[in-house]
Amino acid sequence: MDHFGIWLAAFLTLGIYSFLYRDNAWYKLSESIFIGISAGYWVVILFWDNFYAKFWLQRQDDPMLWVGAALGFLMLLRLIPKIGWIARWPLAFIDGATAGLWGMNFLASNIMVQTKATIMPLMGPAFSGSIGDLLSNLVLVGGTFCGLIYFFFSKEHKGAFGNAARVGIWTIMITFGAMFGYTVMSRMSLLIGRIDFLFRDWLGLLK
Amino acid sequence: MRREIPLLITGIVGVVFVISYFIPHFPFNMMDGWFSDWFSIIQACAIVLGALNLLLISSQKIIRRKTDWGYSIVVMATFFLMIIAGFSGGVEFRGPDTTFTWLYNFTFMPLSSTMYAILAFFVASASYRAFRARNAEATLLLGAAFFVMIGRVPIGDLITGFMPEGARLSDLTGWIMDYPQTAGQRAIMIGIALGLVSTSLRVILGIERSHLGGDS
Repeated sequence: MDHFGIWLAAFLTLGIYSFLYRDNAWYKLSESIFIGISAGYWVVILFWDNFYAKFWLQRQDDPMLWVGAALGFLMLLRLIPKIGWIARWPLAFIDGATAGLWGMNFLASNIMVQTKATIMPLMGPAFSGSIGDLLSNLVLVGGTFCGLIYFFFSKEHKGAFGNAARVGIWTIMITFGAMFGYTVMSRMSLLIGRIDFLFRDWLGLLK
Repeated sequence: MRREIPLLITGIVGVVFVISYFIPHFPFNMMDGWFSDWFSIIQACAIVLGALNLLLISSQKIIRRKTDWGYSIVVMATFFLMIIAGFSGGVEFRGPDTTFTWLYNFTFMPLSSTMYAILAFFVASASYRAFRARNAEATLLLGAAFFVMIGRVPIGDLITGFMPEGARLSDLTGWIMDYPQTAGQRAIMIGIALGLVSTSLRVILGIERSHLGGDS
């Protein structure tokens, strides 16, 4: 069965890569299989992990869970155009929960923690590094500060403020370049993984 | 009724989550627990809604014999195949010898990683066309991308192998990632977070209502 699975996986992998030549029936078939399989996969995972584990198993111990189930059911009314507007209630719940939860999480992790991590010692007894460390810390502190200045649009970017914003855009450009390079390398690593699968597992050319 | 109730729900839920962050005690911790569970349950129903929508669109395409309708049959067939595999095995559907795991290993996993891997070609061709050192900013972007890419592969250290430890390409890549990249990343993250917090407050307070759509 695994032997058939390897042939199937190779067929689908090559089907996706066939798009590099041009759009074709093999690619469309592989793409359709991917859509169907992934939709089914997430329905199964969310059913067992969320609906079954968090509602079905505990529904008798905690009657309040029925409210969640009712809201979930209301979500499905979206499919009936006449009463589809009721689906706004669970959506409003999701909006409120996301705003409350993510708002606070971002405030804590992305503002407080990141700001705290950026305040680095540059001199005095707390600093024990070399000149190189000092310069690196300066790049980190100055780069973050200037980057934030660049995002501040309530004041015209002129004079000293404009110069700081210019340093900020340089920092951001380096970040974009580094992130781009990092993304390319991660995609390359996935590509190597697929080629390794084709040559090792499927064709058996690599030992 | 159609706009007021959703606004009220959003406001109450948002305020409870904000308060429970600062006061994780009764009754806010209890409400936080309820809301978190409801959120998960609604999420499961939302994916069902998405799946039903996919089936609806696919079946309409088949019935009306639209272009490439045959592929919609494949979408529906593979969807049901995964559903049957996931539900016929019961709670132990993730076991090593189940059909669900087999389908995951030999269809879902190779397809999803190939879908991401194929982007390597498109990113390479897009960068070839777009990357030009026209000005200082574009040169910095190009340079950072170049050093990060070459410093992450063995050839980078091979080229600079004669240089002392700490001055090779992989070290330069590490420095770029640890300092200027982190600085820019932090500025972006803090900027996004400030925007997200202010938008969250607008949503919770009912000032931002565009997510509720029209009056119909």
